[in-house]
Amino acid sequence: MSEPAQLTRAHVRPIASPAPSSVLAHGYIDRMLNTAGAWTLGLLWLAPLLYAVWTAFHPSAYSTHLDLFAPLTLENFRAAWAAAPFPRYFLNTSILVATILAGQLVLGTLAAYAFARFTFPGRDLAFALVLIQLMIMPDVLVVENYRSIHALGLVDTIPAMALPYMASAFGIFLLRQTFKTIPRELEEAARIEGCGTLGILWRVYVPLAKPTYLAYALVSVSHHWNNFLWPLIVTNTVKTRPLTVGLAVFAGTDQGIDWAIITAATLLASGPLLIAFLLFQRQFVQSFLRAGIR
Amino acid sequence: MLLAAFTHYPAVATFWHSLFTTPRGNRPARFIGADHYRDLLADPIFWTALQNNLVFAACTILPSIALAMVMALWVNSRIAGRSLLRLAYFTPTVLPMIAVANIWLFFYTPDYGLFDQLRGLFGLPAVNWLGSGDTALGAVIVVTVWKEAGFFMIFYLAALQQIPPELGEAAELEGASRWQRFWRVSFPLLMPTTLFVLINATINAFRLVDHLFVMTRGGPDNATSLLLYYIYEVGFKFWDQGYAAALTMVLLALLATVALLKFFWLERKVHYQ
Repeated sequence: MSEPAQLTRAHVRPIASPAPSSVLAHGYIDRMLNTAGAWTLGLLWLAPLLYAVWTAFHPSAYSTHLDLFAPLTLENFRAAWAAAPFPRYFLNTSILVATILAGQLVLGTLAAYAFARFTFPGRDLAFALVLIQLMIMPDVLVVENYRSIHALGLVDTIPAMALPYMASAFGIFLLRQTFKTIPRELEEAARIEGCGTLGILWRVYVPLAKPTYLAYALVSVSHHWNNFLWPLIVTNTVKTRPLTVGLAVFAGTDQGIDWAIITAATLLASGPLLIAFLLFQRQFVQSFLRAGIR
Repeated sequence: MLLAAFTHYPAVATFWHSLFTTPRGNRPARFIGADHYRDLLADPIFWTALQNNLVFAACTILPSIALAMVMALWVNSRIAGRSLLRLAYFTPTVLPMIAVANIWLFFYTPDYGLFDQLRGLFGLPAVNWLGSGDTALGAVIVVTVWKEAGFFMIFYLAALQQIPPELGEAAELEGASRWQRFWRVSFPLLMPTTLFVLINATINAFRLVDHLFVMTRGGPDNATSLLLYYIYEVGFKFWDQGYAAALTMVLLALLATVALLKFFWLERKVHYQ
């Protein structure tokens, strides 16, 4: 940080006197160009979503040509909802996401506490082994994971989809970093008050780490809501399929492609997360940020 | 007693991890020897997938990072509608890849899709974007860049906000142009973020295959097959799990290389602190 500052100070030269008016005009054009560029890109980035919204809310005859006065309709959503067992998919995804999050929070909290506050032989090695998962995510190991799940007799169940993600290195790491910042004096005070080890964890560490938990939960939920490959592999019936897989099956089997209905289904599947994001933008961005910078 | 439980628990947790990260490795080697690897070397689809994946990596990593940086600079400057722009850039991150792939699939549809309609306005012929080997991989790359850039943007944005404004002002006083100010002041200070994003982008380049299932299924003629997608095909469509495990090893070797690079980087970062 300090290096460039010193450099600039060392190289201070007398300021050339610029012609003010031309500089101002130049700055103005400059800003206009930047704004235009930023907005073009922004529109490009929003285009797919806007387009999906457009198509989903209009009769399919209007999917391919934009007409401002096209009639609005909810028919596509009704058709999509009726054409595939979306309520079931929603239920599956919700259970899946909740199961994973619960597992991650419990395992992550216990492991992070152990890594942060106890010394035991091989701790650093164990921690390094945990960190490996940050690089090599369960997504990549689908073949072997399938073998394990198959051996456990869990194929086509919700636990099968959740298990590989339960012990999250990322969660352990994040919580460990947070726990490490909590002063030991608080722990000692609690101990004097008669708290047991678990009591301390529950009464001191967990409440103080709330922002981290929130950030982690948001990232975890949005990740697993959107996860596709592993659920695709271990599920093969309506009873277990999550939304993403259900959507793919729906869009894939529907041969007489009606785009309006498919985009309606697409919006249905991404809707809850999207709405949550629009409502809690700041928290989302902050969470992703906090979770990303490890 | 509780303490003992806690000291033993992580051992179990690590074992749990190892269940998922380690054992698939030596499996083909143990049971069938190196046969799978020999097959692998002779398998043209593997080489296509590997080559595709490298192209995919190169063409998603750099543009998405560059775009993320530009976005962050824009969104960090005083620009009209800044928070709305931020929202626009970041939204793809929270959408499921499988869902956006559906929408993009429609964009790419020959004749009726948005791209061909735009081309039609200029009297250009329709292109089968996803159906032709020349354009399919490019089309998939565009979607990936679109999905990722906004996510990386927030890291740059956070980093830019850490840079004290005095640095830019000092450079301005010296008569540095905007370009110079970015190149000589911001860019070097963003380097740690760039490295971080680079590693994430690299991992993603070998991990993100969801859109292939909807858009191309690895086709036409494996033109968009990436390593993980090919692993899926071999393992769960052709049910050749041993060979799929051998393919996984290749992917792991690639990721391990990235991991090593990252650890070296982390080491350096620790020295700075």
